[in-house]
Amino acid sequence: MTAFWNEYRENWVAVIALAVVVVVVSAALLAPWIAPQDPYDLANLDLMDARRPPGFVGSNGYVHWLGTDAQGRDLFSAILYGLRISLQMGVAAGAVALAIGTTLGILAAQAGGKIEQAIMRVVDLQLSFPAILLALVLVAVLGQGKVPLVIALVTAQYAYFARTAYGAATAERQKDYVEAARATPLPGRRVVFRHILPNCLPPLIVVGTVQVANAIALEATLSFLGLGLPPTEPSLGMLIANGFQYMMSGRTWISVYPGIALIILIVAINVVGDQLRDQFNPRLRR
Amino acid sequence: MSEVLTAASVTRRFAPRITLGDRIAAALGAKVDRRPVQAVTDVSLAVRKGETLGLVGESGCGKSTLGRMLAGILPPSAGEIRLHGAAPMRGRHKTTTRIQTVFQDPYASLNPRIRIGEAIAEGPVAHGLVTRAAAPAMVADWLRRVGLDPAYATRFPHQFSGGQRQRVAIARALAMQPEVLVCDEPVASLDVSIQAQILNLFLDLRQELGLTCLFISHDLSVVRHVSDRVAVMYLGRIVEIGEAGRIYAAPRHPYTQGLLASVPKLVLSGDPAASFRPIPGELPSPLSPPAGCAFHPRCAKATDLCRQERPPLSPREDGTLVACHHA
Repeated sequence: MTAFWNEYRENWVAVIALAVVVVVVSAALLAPWIAPQDPYDLANLDLMDARRPPGFVGSNGYVHWLGTDAQGRDLFSAILYGLRISLQMGVAAGAVALAIGTTLGILAAQAGGKIEQAIMRVVDLQLSFPAILLALVLVAVLGQGKVPLVIALVTAQYAYFARTAYGAATAERQKDYVEAARATPLPGRRVVFRHILPNCLPPLIVVGTVQVANAIALEATLSFLGLGLPPTEPSLGMLIANGFQYMMSGRTWISVYPGIALIILIVAINVVGDQLRDQFNPRLRR
Repeated sequence: MSEVLTAASVTRRFAPRITLGDRIAAALGAKVDRRPVQAVTDVSLAVRKGETLGLVGESGCGKSTLGRMLAGILPPSAGEIRLHGAAPMRGRHKTTTRIQTVFQDPYASLNPRIRIGEAIAEGPVAHGLVTRAAAPAMVADWLRRVGLDPAYATRFPHQFSGGQRQRVAIARALAMQPEVLVCDEPVASLDVSIQAQILNLFLDLRQELGLTCLFISHDLSVVRHVSDRVAVMYLGRIVEIGEAGRIYAAPRHPYTQGLLASVPKLVLSGDPAASFRPIPGELPSPLSPPAGCAFHPRCAKATDLCRQERPPLSPREDGTLVACHHA
């Protein structure tokens, strides 16, 4: 573990990215305490303060460092709360997709035969068309709200985990230590959970990190298209969409600042994921 | 002597896996090779109580496949494996704990994420041979008996050398209190100096525990060192089987003679060429074995009879079984 961290530390870009992820996640977690305004409390909002540029001092005495949006919400507060929602969706979808995908992938590798063919062909099919398309259709069918959105994101993403877990498990199953476990013989459950699964985790952790970022981007896309969460609790994608109509009139901050927040978050998570992948891949070891 | 582990006309084929892609290619008229590889053909042998049977042959002759079937890890395609008359496998799964295996590569046969103490204890605990509470004491005892410090129980495999790992693998197999130990090239991946240590450890423990052993190796001098009887395999069949001393002193089958002659030795006599005579040619493909005696393309004594008719494994006056028309 210490050795792992020492190797990680050698890449300063990855260290900065990790720091950014930590700062952004804690900012999102602590939003109710650090945000100057509760953007969900309509009583707090004053339409007189709407669409004001960054640095504007509002009627209630707040300094709106990043300006305000069309409802008079403080953008900084809205972004913090938006991050919260985006991260919630991303992590929830990533975790559920990881659990389902890993189960299916290892089941396919373990069962073989018809079950393997059935699972992996469905996975192949799903990987062959865009995740956003599937998510769009599902959200349209299931309706809006957090749970339908997570279901849509999971359905769009579990296949990546299933393919990764299947590949890793098939590779591990060939190895002598699995044969040694069968030769003892250890119970099948123990072979899977104590021997095969832990050795499949490194690639899954990497895919998991990247897929959280993808889930956040996907959620933002859906929200931008108006199919995500209800506008009363805007996520980052919704904030960007809300400001979009004001882009041409010069009030760019309404869209641009949430956009920057989204980009920073996704890039940081991806850089961390890339570094983890490099470290878990022995062939890239120096 | 009573027979503990027997193989009766055991055959193992490996069919190539036909994938969806292959099926599509076949439907479109491409030729897909569906010929199975016959790794082991019609082998019958018995391992007797308390003895060590050495199994030798070139790489690819099927000795590991036969070993895995005898160990109950791999089901035979035809024929039967029996341990005291009962099958060691049900379907594709091994059911007995009375046969344990030591594998060739101790770097691969230990799970890198499991501490060696747990690796040794997990089998006995899973099968109720020892309680979870008593397991640490048992692990310490086994580590001592294979010559390792009991304090190593909390270490991971990567913290050990190859020889130490093989000691752990031996402890893991013996902690299951087996009656039969199958050793599949247990020293082949170790340095020569370490090989001797591991072999001596193996010999000591075998005597102490009264184990019945199947010892697979391509190294004739190693097999001579440990075996009571020796079986020589060529292209999936046994060509000669008998007392180790007799086979090493007077090999009958031309292949056994060739194998023994091809062992490089330090030359003390004047003629270096006499000490090292490789067998000409290569092992034929198991996909298309030669007709008649499988060894005839490489055999100096081959006649038309050898090319047409396969010699049966038949007994000689001293009890050795040989499959050759001319020996």
